[in-house]
Amino acid sequence: MEDIKFTPANYKSDQAVRWCPGCGDHAILNTLHKAMASIGVPPHKMAVISGIGCSSRLPYYMNTYGFHTIHGRAAAIATGFKVANPEMTVWQISGDGDGLAIGGNHFIHAVRRNIDINILLFNNKIYGLTKGQYSPTSDRGFVSKSSPYGTTEDPFIPAELVFGARGNFFARSIDVELQVNQEVLTAAQQHKGTSVVEMLCNCVIWNHGIHDFITDRENRAERTIHLVHGEKMLFGKEKNKGLVRDGFLLKAVEIGKDGYTIDDVLVHDAHTKSNFLHQQLAMMDGHELPLAIGIIRDVEGLTYNDEIDKQVETVRAKKGFATLRDMVLAGETWTVE
Amino acid sequence: MRPPQGSLSGVSAFQASVGKGVHTPGDQCDVLVAMNPAALKRGYKILKPGGVIIVDIDSFNESGLKKAQFETEDPFKELGINAQVIEAPVTSMTKAALADSEMDVKSVLKCRNIFALGLVCWLFDRPLEGALKLLKNKFAKKPAVYEANSKVIQAGYDYGHNIHASVSTFRIETEDIRPGVYTDINGNTATAWGFILASEKAGRPLFLGSYPITPATDILHELAKRKDLGVKACQMEDEIAGVCSAIGASFAGNLAVTSTSGPGLALKSEGIGLAVMAELPLVIVDVQRGGPSTGLPTKTEQTDLMQALYGRNGESPLVVVAPVSPTDCFTMAFESSRIAIEHMTPVILLTDAFIGNGSSAWRIPETEDYPEIRVPYVPEDKKAAWRPYHRDPETLSRYWAIPGTEGLQHRLGGLEKDSETGAISTDPVNHEKMVELRQEKIARIANDIPEQEVLCDVDADTLLIGWGGTYGHIYSAAEELNAAGKRVAFTQFRYINPLPKNTAEILSRYKTIIVAELNTGMFADYLQSKFPNLDIRRINKIQGQPFLAQEIVDGVNKIMEG
Repeated sequence: MEDIKFTPANYKSDQAVRWCPGCGDHAILNTLHKAMASIGVPPHKMAVISGIGCSSRLPYYMNTYGFHTIHGRAAAIATGFKVANPEMTVWQISGDGDGLAIGGNHFIHAVRRNIDINILLFNNKIYGLTKGQYSPTSDRGFVSKSSPYGTTEDPFIPAELVFGARGNFFARSIDVELQVNQEVLTAAQQHKGTSVVEMLCNCVIWNHGIHDFITDRENRAERTIHLVHGEKMLFGKEKNKGLVRDGFLLKAVEIGKDGYTIDDVLVHDAHTKSNFLHQQLAMMDGHELPLAIGIIRDVEGLTYNDEIDKQVETVRAKKGFATLRDMVLAGETWTVE
Repeated sequence: MRPPQGSLSGVSAFQASVGKGVHTPGDQCDVLVAMNPAALKRGYKILKPGGVIIVDIDSFNESGLKKAQFETEDPFKELGINAQVIEAPVTSMTKAALADSEMDVKSVLKCRNIFALGLVCWLFDRPLEGALKLLKNKFAKKPAVYEANSKVIQAGYDYGHNIHASVSTFRIETEDIRPGVYTDINGNTATAWGFILASEKAGRPLFLGSYPITPATDILHELAKRKDLGVKACQMEDEIAGVCSAIGASFAGNLAVTSTSGPGLALKSEGIGLAVMAELPLVIVDVQRGGPSTGLPTKTEQTDLMQALYGRNGESPLVVVAPVSPTDCFTMAFESSRIAIEHMTPVILLTDAFIGNGSSAWRIPETEDYPEIRVPYVPEDKKAAWRPYHRDPETLSRYWAIPGTEGLQHRLGGLEKDSETGAISTDPVNHEKMVELRQEKIARIANDIPEQEVLCDVDADTLLIGWGGTYGHIYSAAEELNAAGKRVAFTQFRYINPLPKNTAEILSRYKTIIVAELNTGMFADYLQSKFPNLDIRRINKIQGQPFLAQEIVDGVNKIMEG
């Protein structure tokens, strides 16, 4: 595999991309092509499996094996696929409705099992394909066609579900952050086990500007923090702000003010087994504390598919049979002459 | 002097026979209740082959096994017992049921046999009233003892109910025994093994995605054990994930199966529709039970036929087959896999609680008894210009490109596809063409299945028809009618959709057609829709119980005397 070089073009299918002009999904698709080429996953060793929704059209735009399935079920289908054919690299593409509403059960169970797939979760906080209803990630009070007076329910925060299901890999990026996108997609591919990447996307038609508070050019550097394993948690245009411990919680401080020095600023450890701090980092929303992007958690664990393969190997080494007939004949039998 | 409890010489027993015309306690028993390992060792020889053993698992511990001089941890294997074993925590459940009573431990433990009696009543559908009446009379002067026993018998009954305990009360003795090596098998195990043979014959690994449900769970249990043959059986988070993981495995190139019962089939409908659309091989086992809704989980019925045939959105044809006996579950599990793979389609295998739990002697097949399964890989000469919905001109099945193969990357999906390019298409004419192709592909499978056979008095004017698991009872009834001089032919359908291609010809030969089935007339309605001119008479039973041959004899007589 190593000596064959691939280019992003090797991953592009012959189908015209039909997302709306200006949709955040375009950039993510291109980044996925680039990330796969940079790692060198051969296109025929890769399967892209999606549910239903705008983002779930993505498999048609990949020159890999692809399956555009039914609403909410991509995680279950991807799980069966990976168990059956563990040599393949598997990407699951879902939106916030597909992955967290109708597919919420499959999502948490995939993460809990730690099946070795990469889940790319496009979060635009809206149902686009059905023309503008609130989704399970829409904020309380959000006004949409199906919530004309505002929603009366709290949203899921995807990271919280991942940690609740004992997930080992969680990363986040924003459609406009091209560099971070490539970094998180590459890391997700390299992580063994379920990798969840939340992509905050803009829907130009039904929810334009939903992430503006975060993505707005003026304030982005102040309202986001790019976490890198082993590096200080610094942010702001001048990188003069940092995250420090404040009892059990985190606090944003300006270096040189109120007695804080660079030495007080925390160093990001994505590989630490405890998810205590990872959860706090993932819950930051850009208001009091900056929204975290990058690889928030990346911890090794036993994968579902490897453990199945190991069990088959162990059982077969101990008392395996070549054929059904051998197995049946080894049990209770009698002969009729 | 009394020998120590739990030792072999300390075993005492009580034997009873239930039924009409009972003159003795019976020579052999159908059910053995063993309160400890010693009792098992002393009692197992009088159990009929394939009978039921209820054991108090609380006493099957290290010391219990030692007292009874067992040498291994598995007393059943050690004794070579061939039986249906129900392991119930009799002691602990009895204690728990009487936790609030004032009774001392010794008195509480005396009630254990009554817990077992409650469980037996559940297993054999006996209401508790009779037993309670007896207990009341016996303990008329000790109301506290009656109170305790009535609580415990109810607890035993409820325990059976709660764990969906069921046993097979019937056994089919094979008629014409062919030379060979035999073993005992029940329908659910036979189903699981049929898939394993199909996997060997197709050269594709076997995957099961499933979710526990009575009475189908034993298929999951058996295949979970078969890691020793390389089978991957995954217990998923729900029925939908069961079928969907199987669809994923099928796309990945495995022989993929999901097992369930009626309510689970309802949940899987959308997934099955995806397999119809993506034209992927998939076998869905429905071990039918009493419905609707949760219905009668441990009882048998044939009420999922319409759901199997039509229970999906859109024009969504697939193959439906129904084995006729426990051993036929093996053959039809193999057949459903063969058809699924060779014709690239989902197949629903409709068994039922009766044959799924029922057992029979089974001749272990020789390797050459079953054909190789021809996997429709993309032919070498077609690879260059291949598109995913190109079809074999004869069968109309599309080809199976196994992921990982270089140059055959392709995209499938639930959206309608162009018949030539395989790209998404909303073209009206193309859609109609694809609907017809999918329909015709299923219809042509009639060329690849055996013709329907007629048994008994073939030249009679009356044809008695059954399908699936009612075979034994209807066949017996037809033979009885023939013996009584009534001219009746008999045929049992195993291939439901498509029907065998000589079906119309057979039906045209008889003046009176009678369909007997365990529902309100689903197969009769289905035949009527295919052959509108037929005048079909019906014999139906919907009691969660198999037919009695006599019920069919009576029904046929009534119609013939009509």
